[in-house]
Amino acid sequence: MLYREAGQFKTSYAKDQAIFPIRQDRILMAILIAIAVLGVPALASEYFLETIFVPFLIFALAAIGLNILTGYCGQLSLGTGGFMACGAFFAYKLATAFPELHLVIIFLLSGLGTALVGAAFGLPSLRIKGFYLAVATLAAQFFLVWMFNKFDWWTNYSASGVISAPPREVVPGFFLTGNDASAVTKYLFLVCFVALMALIAKNLVRGRFGRSWMAIRDMDIAAEIIGIRPLWAKLSAFAVSSFYIGVAGALWAFVYTGSVEALAFQIDRSFQVLFMVIIGGLGSILGSFLGAAFIVLLPILLNNGMLAIDPTISTALVSHIEFMIFGALIVLFLIVEPHGLARLWQIGKEKLRLWPFPH
Amino acid sequence: MTAATLERPAPPAQSDASDAPAPTPRRNFSEELLKVEDISLSFGGVKALTNISFDIRKHEIRAIIGPNGAGKSSMLNVINGFYHPQVGCITYKGQTRSQMRPHEAAKTGIARTFQNIALFKGMSTLDNIMTGRLLKMRRNFLWQALYWGPALKEELEHREKVEAIIDFLEIQAIRKTPVGRLPYGLQKRVELGRALAMEPDLLLLDEPMAGMNVEEKEDMCRFILDVNDEFGTTIALIEHDMGVVMDISDRVVVLDYGRLLADGTPDEVRANQQVIDAYLGVSHD
Amino acid sequence: MNASAIKNIGGWAIGVPLVIALVGFAFQGLASVNSSFFFAWPYFTEVLIAGLLQGVMYSLVALGFVLIFKASGIFNFAQGSMVLFAALTMVGFIEMGLHWTLAFVITGFVMALVAVGIERLVLRPLVNQPHIILFMSTIGIFYFLDGFGQTLWGSDIKVLDIGIPKTPMFVGKGMFEGGLLINSFDLVAAFVGAALVIALAVFFHYTRIGRALRAVADDHQAAMSIGIPLKTIWVVVWTAAGVVALVAGIMWGSKAGVQFSLALIALKALPVLILGGFTSIPGAIVGGLIIGSSEQLAEVFLGPLIGGAIQDWFAYMLALVFLLFRPQGLFGEKIIERI
Repeated sequence: MLYREAGQFKTSYAKDQAIFPIRQDRILMAILIAIAVLGVPALASEYFLETIFVPFLIFALAAIGLNILTGYCGQLSLGTGGFMACGAFFAYKLATAFPELHLVIIFLLSGLGTALVGAAFGLPSLRIKGFYLAVATLAAQFFLVWMFNKFDWWTNYSASGVISAPPREVVPGFFLTGNDASAVTKYLFLVCFVALMALIAKNLVRGRFGRSWMAIRDMDIAAEIIGIRPLWAKLSAFAVSSFYIGVAGALWAFVYTGSVEALAFQIDRSFQVLFMVIIGGLGSILGSFLGAAFIVLLPILLNNGMLAIDPTISTALVSHIEFMIFGALIVLFLIVEPHGLARLWQIGKEKLRLWPFPH
Repeated sequence: MTAATLERPAPPAQSDASDAPAPTPRRNFSEELLKVEDISLSFGGVKALTNISFDIRKHEIRAIIGPNGAGKSSMLNVINGFYHPQVGCITYKGQTRSQMRPHEAAKTGIARTFQNIALFKGMSTLDNIMTGRLLKMRRNFLWQALYWGPALKEELEHREKVEAIIDFLEIQAIRKTPVGRLPYGLQKRVELGRALAMEPDLLLLDEPMAGMNVEEKEDMCRFILDVNDEFGTTIALIEHDMGVVMDISDRVVVLDYGRLLADGTPDEVRANQQVIDAYLGVSHD
Repeated sequence: MNASAIKNIGGWAIGVPLVIALVGFAFQGLASVNSSFFFAWPYFTEVLIAGLLQGVMYSLVALGFVLIFKASGIFNFAQGSMVLFAALTMVGFIEMGLHWTLAFVITGFVMALVAVGIERLVLRPLVNQPHIILFMSTIGIFYFLDGFGQTLWGSDIKVLDIGIPKTPMFVGKGMFEGGLLINSFDLVAAFVGAALVIALAVFFHYTRIGRALRAVADDHQAAMSIGIPLKTIWVVVWTAAGVVALVAGIMWGSKAGVQFSLALIALKALPVLILGGFTSIPGAIVGGLIIGSSEQLAEVFLGPLIGGAIQDWFAYMLALVFLLFRPQGLFGEKIIERI
């Protein structure tokens, strides 16, 4: 009875097209934002912010990116890690070449650079589909990581090959990167930044671009015949998606790990983000957040759970068992709800509309 | 060759389209909207269309009929640029070209529906029809990202147009339902809605009434006639139900084995011996 | 085998040597321009043969993929971890003191059990789901088998020795000065691969279950409607893929040791599949040979020019460029889109 839309009449199309047309959703969202901005930094310890919230937000951004490409436009990609590496190294080169440039501008520029690379690797999508395309994106993954690893120019000829992100302030007095950066600054910056990017993504997918992507996904031939050009629809999806993934890669290297290295963006990373998208729900921005939370939390819980049961267990064995449980859970999850957490959320809402009455 | 095709009558020795009497349409249309001349299309060694010529005049309802496999759908695919004929040319709105391209056809006002429904199954009815407006949306990427100001205004203008179509087709109740969940008849209606949203000059309908019951067929006939009357849209349709074809169309083209068999008003076509032979079969001894 | 493949044998017989010769001449030309670029025909041939034999190994892994894709339309990402799991299990039994033939038979049974398990626990509940969901579930299996195998048998690098000679041999002394250096192990691998392909081809074309399999590959529902037991077919296919994985695991394991990276060589089978097509057994072989040889040639001759280790991505790039010109793969028919 609490979650009820009866009596809320929409008197204009604008109100009908709002992101949260139902009042209860708007209230819930406001509470969520208040908790995210005020509650979490006040209550969570430094450790929690650094190991859970920061990677969660960055992964959510990457998952939104991949969801645009795979969930909305239907193009399967296994090159996410490579594109994240692009963002990270572009950001590093920009940050060292133009020290006076503001970090946010650097992130956005490196995203734009990644968008170009992504569009270039998206070109084959015009001729090949499905799993063939997925394998083609593997070429991007391996080639990009190889390139960043092989040519010292990208690391400014550093001897060790591991380079740390230069310290920068986001607003005067608050460092976002480097040793002086506090976890709270990082967290608050990410919350605002990722929320804004998510809003933009939502706007894109419910407008003209989103509709042409979904049309291509659902039936490309029919889309072509109503006047959508597959070339532009697919390339724009690749570009926008890579932009998000590139920015996420830059954030990963600068804000989360603090060091820029190609090894952080191997093929495993691509699969990790793909899992988030699938488990969260294909074609759902909310799902990208849910999926990211799931995949970030799961290994931490498994690890701590196993150590709690047997503290003497070897780390190698822990990681193997973790692999096993992770794989089994993925399969189980796909069997229980192949449409992801976002669908579960939706079903829950439907149930809530009637609760506590059965019909 | 399968048994089914063997049962069909042998193709006529030659096309006698030129012998058919000059068409005298029920209503009078003079201005030509589209003309196909001498179209031939083949896939590898298989000939789908051979030397087809006919025209579609402004504001008429033109039916294309023929037995299964006669090349009717291929003909529509040629008109809106999905197939590219090897020979022949297409004159549309005074412009002659040897082939169309799908998005070019869409841009110049050719819309169509499909024999096997080609809706975007993951999207709602509203979104499906909105995709028909995509070509008419102009706002750039940045406004789209903000979803505010001109972009929002544009979105709402188009929403209003789409709502008018939803009202016209009487599908208000399923506005927000994903089309994958709709029954067949309604899906066909949504597909017509998507084509109408493009505000086409020429509407190509590929078996709009296939698999429908009598009431649904009557509804669909009403919509087709209303579209033709109210919006002045020219319509070319493929249909197997002869009753419907004879009732609503102004002129009829008959294809068989990829050849033009007859072309004229429903009455003329009905009286044509070759058409009767093609449909009923004829013994050749 | 594939009809079009046989029809074009004449073309292949002329085309393939021509391409190889052209690549050779291109390298020779490059060497005459750039003095740091080393080229000699016997060396070229040696690298080419080594690459071809390496390609056979890729084909062995790709075969498992093809089997499963043909019969169920599932893109089985777990094939690589099946290779690792099979090899680990085999080594485990040998370490228990069993003779390798006995270990082979027991491991074959274990792989059949794995197949039954996958069919029961994963595929059956997921029947009729979209392909991407099935693909994701095989990635889940990939993680599971990786973890399971290493939990059972440990993660140290193990030696698998079933007595295949590894002595280098010199052949063709008459043709080239000093002859060509070939590893006899690679030759054995090539023979095993050929035997496996012939066995599979016979199985597919001349047995009742093979015919049923091809029907299932064409259309699940149609096959079910004429009474083909889909579930049995899937168990058979996954078992066959498991045995293929076992053979591939033995070959790779005796060559490079049994370790985690074995699961990742499966990725190299993907460009092979792209070249050959997901459903073509001869395609998997030819694709493997092309990928293996061109990768080897590129690494040895072109690698030094641009920094080396181009083996990491060359195969994928080759597949990508190839797809741009021929999206249907080597043996695929040109697709006519219908609407």
